Amino acid sequence: MNFAVLQFPASNCDQDAVHVLKNVLGHSVRLVWHKDLSLGSVDGVVVPGGFSYGDHLRTGAIARMSPIMQAVQQFAANGGTVLGICNGFQILCEAGLLPGALIRNRSLQFRCEHVYLKAATRRSGFTRAIPSGQVLRVPIAHGEGCYFADESTLKTLQAKDQILFQYTTAEGQITDAANPNGSLLNIAGICNERGNVAGLMPHPERASEGLMGSTDGRLVFEGWLQELAERKRPLAA
Amino acid sequence: MKAKITVSPKKAVLDPQGKTVQNALEHMGYKGIRAVHVGKYLEIEVEGDREIVRQQIDEACRKLLTNPVIEDYQFTLE
Repeated sequence: MNFAVLQFPASNCDQDAVHVLKNVLGHSVRLVWHKDLSLGSVDGVVVPGGFSYGDHLRTGAIARMSPIMQAVQQFAANGGTVLGICNGFQILCEAGLLPGALIRNRSLQFRCEHVYLKAATRRSGFTRAIPSGQVLRVPIAHGEGCYFADESTLKTLQAKDQILFQYTTAEGQITDAANPNGSLLNIAGICNERGNVAGLMPHPERASEGLMGSTDGRLVFEGWLQELAERKRPLAA
Repeated sequence: MKAKITVSPKKAVLDPQGKTVQNALEHMGYKGIRAVHVGKYLEIEVEGDREIVRQQIDEACRKLLTNPVIEDYQFTLE
């Protein structure tokens, strides 16, 4: 597969995403500068973590105005798959590609630690490779990861199976204590209604090799790759 | 002229900063504080026809300066 990983000023997880897709999973990856107008011919796009534009105004608010985001909007509108991680999730929400917003952690603290997650659905390409009921251990590192959406949006997310990941205890229980940032419904990741644009605050790319202390995050990329492979397979006559 | 824009968190949005400030004020002994909301303030110096500027500032508020999912805004032109 061919992936594009976007680079904004102060992206800082772009190389991690490239490393996992290229060196760990063996696919072709291109870094795309935010001022570029085109993604080129790609199967998937990663909007990586970091602190684009110093988080000025609001997280992701300036980055979403970057020229490359027009191409990302078009790519998504054509059904292309996009994964936003951490700041990437914030950018996709600001861009209106995902519903809701990410606001200051309820604790007002920057949280940098490993958390536990559960896939709330296995219908998405990003969760399909996660064995049912498995709890993932993946790091977070954010100050603005509290997922907020109004009640009707939350209801739609639930009704349309758009909640992908929720923070849980190590045993997989969804509790307040397991919620690191105050996200409504313990939401750690969601997708759009069509399912081709997804975002999550935890960093699967930092949990994709044994050396990093967890390989659970790899399942997110493996599911995505499975889905892309199926899309590419010619339809049976 | 100057556009003075006040951005405030929507009522339904969690405002942990406001809550923290409220707690601090109460610890200081101030009585009767019902709620504190922390927002932000922007000033934009701009030239042009007043009505056009008003429309442009309003559009900029919706498109960039605020996020309508979590924030309300109001502004004056002086």
